[in-house]
Amino acid sequence: MISFAECSARERLARVFDAATFHEWLPPTERVISPHLEQLGVPSAFDDGVAIGRATLEGHTVFVAAQEGEFMGGGVGEVHGAKLVGLLRRALRDRPAAVLLLAESGGVRLHEANAGLIAVSEVMRAVLDVRAAGIPVVMLIGGANGCFGGMGIVARCADRVVMSDMGRLAMSGPEVIEASQGVEEFDSRDRALVWRTTGGKHRWLSGDCDVLVKDDVAAFRAAAIDALDASRPVSMETLEREHALLARRLRLLPDALDSDEAVALWGLLGVADAARVPDLDVDALRSLRTV
Amino acid sequence: MDWNTLATALFGADHGISQEGDVLRGNVRFDGNPLTVIGTTNHAPIGVRLALEQARVVLDTVAQHPGRPILLLIDTQGQMLRRRDELLGINRAMAHLGMSIDFARRRGHRVLGLVYDQALSGGFITSGLIADACDALPEAEIRVMRIPAMARVTKISEDRLTELSRSNPVFAPGVENYVAMGGVRRLWTGDLAVALREALASASGEDVRAADGRTRGGRRLAAAVIQRVLDAA
Repeated sequence: MISFAECSARERLARVFDAATFHEWLPPTERVISPHLEQLGVPSAFDDGVAIGRATLEGHTVFVAAQEGEFMGGGVGEVHGAKLVGLLRRALRDRPAAVLLLAESGGVRLHEANAGLIAVSEVMRAVLDVRAAGIPVVMLIGGANGCFGGMGIVARCADRVVMSDMGRLAMSGPEVIEASQGVEEFDSRDRALVWRTTGGKHRWLSGDCDVLVKDDVAAFRAAAIDALDASRPVSMETLEREHALLARRLRLLPDALDSDEAVALWGLLGVADAARVPDLDVDALRSLRTV
Repeated sequence: MDWNTLATALFGADHGISQEGDVLRGNVRFDGNPLTVIGTTNHAPIGVRLALEQARVVLDTVAQHPGRPILLLIDTQGQMLRRRDELLGINRAMAHLGMSIDFARRRGHRVLGLVYDQALSGGFITSGLIADACDALPEAEIRVMRIPAMARVTKISEDRLTELSRSNPVFAPGVENYVAMGGVRRLWTGDLAVALREALASASGEDVRAADGRTRGGRRLAAAVIQRVLDAA
């Protein structure tokens, strides 16, 4: 078993897809780097923290992107975002079997704030264009930095979300909430609390991810193969179903709770013996989902 | 600008837009044609509840009034920063709002965003930034994060960031910078009703923001990088 979380973006690409089939566009040798970081005296990377290209997956041609969490937390800046948009627009033109995004990102790269914000919105629209064309967009989330901010929104715009129990998916990071609202609101050093709120187990039980896997590149590969036929076009019906699910969840959770909110929510969702969830492994958790 | 002043200038004193909490909504007439208005005020933080309330109006408009244009009035301090909203999947609720707006667009509704006061990050990305086009009033402010919070995260001093925000469009909150980068299509000056008329007439479904950013000089690389990916061997 090889930990997906501990791999670099490029190691993930090498191991999730068919061996030696990843063909990169705008590789580091082309030195397409952020124009904004240098001005700030911040080091840059020759791939701007994301590798994009095509590969095969069980013989099917797919387009892929992998964000590198070790470089600025996988933050999306002007170039990083444009590489993702280019990949998605190319998918619209060339029609691969699927687009797979190995997301590991804190969201907008604050060092290029305004350009990053616009870039993330361009990625969102491009993802929805690709979906509307019937090409599945699949998110694989298992990097140590999680998938936050704008990329957390992008994730839920995809056809399918695959997560490991090590993965995290949310909007604002615990540190940002703590800095803004105080430690009583969200203690970012309470790792168990962070995982109960944003981690793969919670996202699985609440239906926010479609597949829960172990932290293992082979498991991600198997889930990616399964997702090749994941195209789920957006329709009035799917949007109404989504609306009902989110509205129900909002109504379920009382405004003020003395007990642990995550455990309470799982219980209200019908998960048996919810307090045990943090101790259970992935196999045991799979059968507990009710939504 | 106060939303009521704006609504009165656009649709007259009997505009029919009402405020409930921080949410604005109304079915108005403009140049004799119906228009759905939806928005927020009081710099509302957008949490799960507000995202769902807005998505509801968008979906109802699509179901009941096919093709009717939608105007999004934007004033938000950004996404709700609460553990509870994170637990409830605020990112999913935001995506749902964005996808509802995107769906309306694909069904032939013109969707126009207008930043009339302020717009920050998460509250903006799934409203104005996913519309056909997003415009702004000249006195509006758009930014990703306030400078003290940004300093904490980037480890760049507040003084340095303040200095950069005066000269560097990538940091500065002014709407002109968003126009230069292509994120905002144009600013509404002069007669606001004339500006709305023009904005509705010229809204198109294509995402041209990277190209606009290059033409206007504010975002020089995005369009070129996208093209290089398309052309790569």
